[in-house]
Amino acid sequence: MAKNTLSSRFRGVDIDEYDENKFVDDQDEAAEQQGPDACEVDDLIRQGDMMTAFHIALRNPPINSKNPAVKERAQAVVLRVLTAFKSSDIEPAVKSLDRNGVDLLMKYIYRGFEKPSDNSSAILLQWHEKAFAVGGLGSIVRVLTARKSV
Amino acid sequence: MSLYSFGLEPLSCHAWNKDRTQIAISPNSNVVHIYQKQGKEWTKIHELTEHSGRITGIDWAPESNRIVTCASDRNAYVWTLKDGVWKPTLVLVRINRAATCVKWSPLENKFALGSGAKLISVCYFEKENDWWLSKHIKKPINSTVLSLDWHPNNILLAAGSADLHCRIFSAYIKDIEDKPGPTPWGSKMPFGEVLLEYKECGGWVHSVCFSPSGDALAWVSHNSAISVASATQGKEVTQLTTGHLPLLSVLYVSETEIVAAGHDCCPYQFSYKGPGCLEFVKKVDIPKQSSKGNKSAMQHFRNLDKKATAEEEESELACLHQNSITELCVLEGPKAKVEKFSSVGLDGAMVVWDFKH
Repeated sequence: MAKNTLSSRFRGVDIDEYDENKFVDDQDEAAEQQGPDACEVDDLIRQGDMMTAFHIALRNPPINSKNPAVKERAQAVVLRVLTAFKSSDIEPAVKSLDRNGVDLLMKYIYRGFEKPSDNSSAILLQWHEKAFAVGGLGSIVRVLTARKSV
Repeated sequence: MSLYSFGLEPLSCHAWNKDRTQIAISPNSNVVHIYQKQGKEWTKIHELTEHSGRITGIDWAPESNRIVTCASDRNAYVWTLKDGVWKPTLVLVRINRAATCVKWSPLENKFALGSGAKLISVCYFEKENDWWLSKHIKKPINSTVLSLDWHPNNILLAAGSADLHCRIFSAYIKDIEDKPGPTPWGSKMPFGEVLLEYKECGGWVHSVCFSPSGDALAWVSHNSAISVASATQGKEVTQLTTGHLPLLSVLYVSETEIVAAGHDCCPYQFSYKGPGCLEFVKKVDIPKQSSKGNKSAMQHFRNLDKKATAEEEESELACLHQNSITELCVLEGPKAKVEKFSSVGLDGAMVVWDFKH
């Protein structure tokens, strides 16, 4: 009822930019967070060393980065690793992670859900089930409340 | 452990009188009900109806027997008992948004009020004009103040807010008290001074609590984590992320043991022994034994017919509270060795828990 449904294109000035009390979220761009090394991960997948590929893919998450390209790249790498896993290997892989690792994995899984492709959702759901068993509802809540996401 | 149901309405907040024979609760409305304990039952003896908005906080000062209430109508009232009737006195809090929480200081000469106006109002009584005045703490709060707790020295005030920060302020008011001595949190304490500001809470800070000595501060945030900052260890913060739903209320029951409860409807016990040593101990609730028992063949087929399933599905949660716990309060025992604590929840029930040290 309060929503202005007429066009607001006539508004030329963004008044919020001039507000003295405007809250500026201080996010520092960390240079070393460029996402996992795609080539290294590809090599390992070709060699069949899934566990190492998995751990490397979860390293250097581009959490503080404001560059969407970096985040897309990281997401693509992680998705590759997750889809390359056999169903029976998923559980031991999740168990090998520490608490922060499980939270990070959950973030990537939900990011993967956002753009479903072919059969990615099915694999991601299997990963989700195993990660949920370890992380519990808290890990999902942290995906929702995290201000800095992958 | 005992449960008493105050009806179907969620209980937003509660407060006990000094000898724990009376409880003041608000059933998610603009009225405060005061119940008197009679045997195992609670009977309503007073109704405090001055607020026009939903009551968000109640605190009962044990020694001076005054109740302070705050509501979403941007007001706070201090109630005093005169001739068996509670009389309200308006407090000029000067806020332009709803009040969210209120707490008497340990010496009961002032109280702190958190609000959605991004400020904390510290109110004290001025005898000359016979009214309650307030001083505001505004910087550097950026969003609604969700929770408050006083340090035992009556000066320091911890505040958790929706801008994902947990802070400790000094609420030293020159006019009514002496200058405080130095504490492990800091030695310079003018009004509004920030002694601790923690940024990485990860979520809205729902509840804060000082340890009995005041040297540590615990808080729970919306990212399902509990954190403790220790003054004696260089204000180092230890955070423990849990696999449960977010916790809404935290309480110290001894110098090292912490109890917290929230959307999981059941209190959890944590233990803090030093920086890096915050761990989950156990659930305080004893799960109900499912009364599956022996079902007759008749019942089995009746279930199949009625519900298309042979299993008896429990529609109740396996813990005492059936909905989120909103507030925990010390009931018996000194702060350093709490014997009993109470919890109220959105299911309208108040549960008294025993704690074994």
